[in-house]
Parts: sequence; C-alpha cells; structure tokens
Amino acid sequence: MQEAELIERAELEGAFVGRERGLWGDAFYRLSRNRLAMAGLVLLFVVAGIAAAAAYIDTVQRYDPYSDQIYTALQEAPSWGHFFGTDNLGRDNWARVWAGVSISLQIGIGTQIVVLIIGLTVGATAALGGRFTDNVMMRLTDVTYAFPDLLFIILMRSVLAGRDWPVISNPKLQIILAIACVNWTIIARLVRGQMLSLAERDFVLAARALGASPWRVVIQHMLPNSLGPVIVAVTFGIPIAIFAEAALGFIGFGLPPPTASLGRLVSDGYAYVQVNYWVVVFPAAAVAILMLCFTFVGDGLRDALDPRSR
Amino acid sequence: MGPGPAGPHTWVEVMTAYAIRRVLWLIPVLWAVATITFFLMHAVPGGPFTQDRSLPESIITALNRRYNLDEPLWKQYLHYLWNILHGDLGLSFRGDRDVSVLIRDGFFVTAQLGILAFLVASFFGLALGVLSALNQNGPLDYVGVFVATVGAALPNFILATFLIVIFAINLGWFQILGWGGPEHVGDLWNVSAWNVKKLVLPVVSLSFLPMAYIARVTRASMLEVLRQDYIRTAQAKGLAEQVVIMRHAVKNAMIPVLTLMGPIAAVLVTGSFIVENIYSIPGVGRQFVEAVQRRDYAMIMGTTLFYAAIVAVANLVVDLLYAVVDPRVRYG
Repeated sequence: MQEAELIERAELEGAFVGRERGLWGDAFYRLSRNRLAMAGLVLLFVVAGIAAAAAYIDTVQRYDPYSDQIYTALQEAPSWGHFFGTDNLGRDNWARVWAGVSISLQIGIGTQIVVLIIGLTVGATAALGGRFTDNVMMRLTDVTYAFPDLLFIILMRSVLAGRDWPVISNPKLQIILAIACVNWTIIARLVRGQMLSLAERDFVLAARALGASPWRVVIQHMLPNSLGPVIVAVTFGIPIAIFAEAALGFIGFGLPPPTASLGRLVSDGYAYVQVNYWVVVFPAAAVAILMLCFTFVGDGLRDALDPRSR
Repeated sequence: MGPGPAGPHTWVEVMTAYAIRRVLWLIPVLWAVATITFFLMHAVPGGPFTQDRSLPESIITALNRRYNLDEPLWKQYLHYLWNILHGDLGLSFRGDRDVSVLIRDGFFVTAQLGILAFLVASFFGLALGVLSALNQNGPLDYVGVFVATVGAALPNFILATFLIVIFAINLGWFQILGWGGPEHVGDLWNVSAWNVKKLVLPVVSLSFLPMAYIARVTRASMLEVLRQDYIRTAQAKGLAEQVVIMRHAVKNAMIPVLTLMGPIAAVLVTGSFIVENIYSIPGVGRQFVEAVQRRDYAMIMGTTLFYAAIVAVANLVVDLLYAVVDPRVRYG
C-alpha cells in the first residue's frame, strides 16, 4: 500500500483528527472529498438560489414570465435586454426558464417526499407485519412494477387532470401524485429488504432482549440503520421525477399552459426550432444540468454512505 | 450440470419447473394490470365522444351502443376480460379498426426502432466499457466514464432536441419527420425501403441511455474480472493478450451485463413514447399517447397490456438466460 493511500485511510478512520466521527460524520467527510459530488451540490445551490431569487425579486427576474409580452421583440436571440432571448409571444426566456427550474425542483423534491411516505409505510409494513401482510404488500409492489412507468404516469395524470377535489385540484400536486404513484416501489423494496436483514442482527436482538418495545426497536434501532440506502435512493429519485415531469410536459400531459414548466418550454421551443433555436436550448440545458447535478450528488452519497461499494 | 439443491431432479427439470411457474405468474400480473388500467381509464374525466363540436344526441347513443359503452361499467369490464381471453382486443374509436391490427402495425415500426437502438447500444456500450477498463485511469477511460455518466443523466428528449438543432437544422445532414424503415414485413430486406437519413437521429436518441448503462456495468465488471486469478493463469500460460481479453475476460464480464437486459427493455419502452413523439414515428408509443388524448378506451387497454407483457417477458427471458449463462445461479 502506498504512503498516500495509508494516510488517506488513517484520515478516514479519524486518526489525525483526534476524535471519532460517527457514521454520519464519516459519510459527510467522505462526501466532502468527492469533487464531482461537491461540484454538483454547489451548482445545485447556485441554481436553486437564482430560481428562488427570481421568484421573489423583480430585478433578478427582470420580466414577468407570463404577462410581459413584448410584441416588438419576438423570437429574439440572446442579448443584454433578454439574456436568453424571447419566445414566439415575446415573453422573456430568462424569466420563464427560472420559473421552470423552480417548478422542476418543487416537483422533484415533492415527489420524493410522497414516495418516501408511501415507500416507508409499505416497506416497513411488509417487513414487520407478518407473512400475509408481506405477501399482499409485495404483490402490490410487483404489479405496480409491472406497469411501464411513463405509461402509468400518463394514465394517472389524465385521471387527476381537471378534478376540483379539495387539495388535489392543484395541478402541481396532481403531477407529484401521478409520478409518486409509480416510483414508490423502489423505496418499498429497499426498506423491506433492509428491515428484514436488520431484524436478524445482533443489536436488534439485544435491544429486544433488554425489553425494548417493538415500536422503540423499529424507530430507535432499525429505521436509522436502514436510512443510508434510502437517502441514496431518494436522491436518485429526484432526477427521475424531474425527468418524468419534463417528459409529461413535453408530450402535452404536463402543467396546463401558460405555466412555464421546463418540459413545456422545451416542447414549445421545439415547435419553433427552425425559426429560433435559442428558445429550446436554454430550458433543455436547464433540465440536463439539474439531472446531472442530482445524479452526481447521488453517486457521491452512495459512495459516502456505503464504504464497501468503493 | 452439477448437483443442485433439488436433489434427484436434473438442472433442466428444475429450470423448466421454474420457467413454468414464472409464466403462470404472468397471468395474474397481466390481469391486475388490465383491471387497474380499465378502471383508471374510465375514471379519466370526459368520454371519447365529448368534443368541442358536440354531436347530436342520437349519434352519441348509437356510438355508445356500438362500443358497448351504454352498459354498466362492471358489465363492460367482464365483457372486456371475456374478449381478451378470446384474443379480441376490441375496436379503436378511430376509424373503427381492430386494436390488434393497429398494434401489430405500430409494433412493426416500434420493434425496428427498438432493435436497432438495442444493437447500437450493445455494440457501443460494450466497446466503450471494455476499452475503458483496459485503459483504467487513462484518457480513454475518462472519455468512457464521462460519456457513461452524462448519458445516464441526459433525458432522451433533451438529447434529441440538441441532435435535431445541430445535425438536422444547422448542418442539414439528417431528416427528422417520420420513420425511415420499411412499412411492410416483405420490404425488410429491400434496401430501397430504408431511409438512413431518417433513421439515424431517432436510433441515436433512443440508444444513448441504454448504451451508457451497458458501458458503466461492462467497465465495472471487466475491472473485477481482470483481477481474477484465472486471468493471471491465462497470461502466465503465455496466451496472446487478445485471446485472454476476448475469450477469458470479456466473456465472463458479460454475465452482469445480461441482467441489465430487463431494465433496458423497460428503458427502450419508456423511450419509445418520447422518441416516437418527437420524430413523429407511427409506433406503439405514439399510438398510446394519442389514444389517451382521444380517450380511445380499447386502444389504451391494448397498448398498456402489450407493453406490460413485453416488459414482463423480457424480465423472464433475462432470468432464464442468466441461469443458462452462469451455472452457479439456481432457482429453487
């Protein structure tokens, strides 16, 4: 083993820091050493920061993404007046792209929150609820898994579209639910597998032997220990949801117009691609950057949380 | 044919029993998919004949009767199941044509696109993965890893958009609307029925993601295999480096790649929705999207079941192939 490698290993084990790091401190340290993941994380914060600033501060947003239509400046290329150019209705692409980024982030993260709730519930119920429950839950997962996902999302989206039920009438929430309805299977399977293997481990047996209640065993001992892979899966789920939303918008099942979701911006721009391709380039690049960043962070988290995978 | 856990049963018997069980399991899965889709589809607001231009009441009544839409929902459902069991997928509202005929026509195009994309993805993915592994940490490896990472994260419609802007519009090398393959089975071997200018961009758009997957897994698996003792033995025997790589390393490194074929089938299916819509290719993916937009019930059911069956069968074939390729795998 080379010297540099030895030093790095010793550092990882906390020898030079002089104190012991726990699982999370260790993981954080490893993540901070991963250049690609850190670059992704920094870029994500910058992008999210600009999107948030554009939503609240007019000088950052410059134009209203929906109502400012400048009929003297249709289909313009990027300039100082319009950083990303204008679209076919004279709307400013800079403002619209940032509005789209903010929608994509909301949907990506919102979907994963719903996925986490469904996945944890189904997975934990399957693992802890006895054989019959396990069978029911896992068959449910199998069937959901058997659907080609985009197809099921399109169907769910059409079912929810235009409903004025309380709460669900929000189109963003409808999209989030449609995507989450398909993507929870990954988390459910993961949680079930983790729980089943953890239930056999010595520290869980020890906790039980000491008389800890089943709830305490699950919440204090099993849940935190199964969290690592779940966090990784959730991080990878965000770009999947962003892609699904953009794909829905692109084929016309997304948020209703004039909402500037990135998928719709790409598809609108695509319609005029022969006239002015700038309209399509910026939202397309935005989707690509968001997905790449989340994927890099996910890769980094996976390496950081599971040292054996290196 | 080593001793399996099944005792006196031979490997072939065990595998056959496993295959039969898996095929039988497909029936309840497809039934569940059909049932869920049926009720979801009927829960979509609006019916097939609610349009901007309203039709006279009498015509709507006649249309509803023609497609059995005047029956209660549970009756329609039983009716539908009964018909599927007899191989009848019903009539599309569009042009009153048989759904099975429409899907057959669409699938002829989708299959060409899918198979071409699969071949391109396998070839370039394997090549990229093997070359990366052989040049670990070299410049070629960085290129390979970069392509694999970016490819796995780049949505196909974004890739397609950039390809179209650059190669079709700015450079004018390719055409983008419609499918460049033959329309009839008889023309498959007829060179003039293929229009390569129209084929390239859709195939590249669809194959990039699976290519990235294959490259990634091939690289990891090659690196693993190259460290094994039998590779060193083969090298020590004095075998030519090419023989060691092709015969000993690549062949064994292919095993984990095989497991990817299931997910890749799913990726190709999902991709076909988007790529067919971007390039206006008349395949099953486009048929499904149009069917949902028009509430074409029989067509939605038909395409959904068709895709679910394809993905399920692909997964089944992969699991069986896996056992054939790697004798260590046992299914009890």
